[in-house]
Amino acid sequence: MTKDNASRIEPTETLDTSGMLCPLPVYKAGLALKGLKQGDVLRIICTDPGSLADIPAFAHQRGDVLLKVDDQGTTQTFLIEKGSGS
Amino acid sequence: MTTAATPEVGTPEAGERPRRLALVASKGTLDQAYPPLILALTAASLGWQVGIYFTFYGLDILHKDRFESLKVASLANPAGPIQMPNIVGAIPGATAMATKTMKKWMDAAGMPTIPEFIDMTRDLDVTFFACATTMGVMNVSEDDLIEGCDIAGAAAFLDYAASADVQLFI
Repeated sequence: MTKDNASRIEPTETLDTSGMLCPLPVYKAGLALKGLKQGDVLRIICTDPGSLADIPAFAHQRGDVLLKVDDQGTTQTFLIEKGSGS
Repeated sequence: MTTAATPEVGTPEAGERPRRLALVASKGTLDQAYPPLILALTAASLGWQVGIYFTFYGLDILHKDRFESLKVASLANPAGPIQMPNIVGAIPGATAMATKTMKKWMDAAGMPTIPEFIDMTRDLDVTFFACATTMGVMNVSEDDLIEGCDIAGAAAFLDYAASADVQLFI
């Protein structure tokens, strides 16, 4: 899966963290990914302005693949493909 | 120093241990209880191993009778939730007012309470070290602490922290 065709990816699960501040979006995303398999895709919706920095760092540290970042101003949407970690 | 600080991908290679965060929580006010728990919860969510060493007033965060009623200092705290001169901060009830205001802020922002943070971090296997010296000095017994704390001295914590990738004193 490449970043180029990320717009056509159907997420396995969507997590809406609207209204939540750090550390909750990352915490909820960690819990959501626990329930997914390697290769599954989690869509995360955030309104915390820190998420633009936090969610990519979260994926990087976990070894997941950040497929897409969509910054719509007050809302950010991310697609993360689960890696081999828990 | 090793090059481990800037790997290509944060997750460890097969056979390597996960990253580790070692925190010291030395303060027992409500506002200062949040940072170690927020960092611990975040690191655990990244898949890191996390241990917090609760020492001196920080031990109150593990104290059964105190962890649900931590307070914000109203005296000598110019950054507190209510700006007040020290002479007002010294009045009975000022600490309660500052504490109530901070709790209101946290609640309005949807932030969990300290007891909730403790439950959430422990569900992610964060290790809570209770400082043995503090227990002795402040006359705190194991029964006074919430369940599942590891009682440890400085040597045991340093042994844990020596193989941590990030160590912070709060």
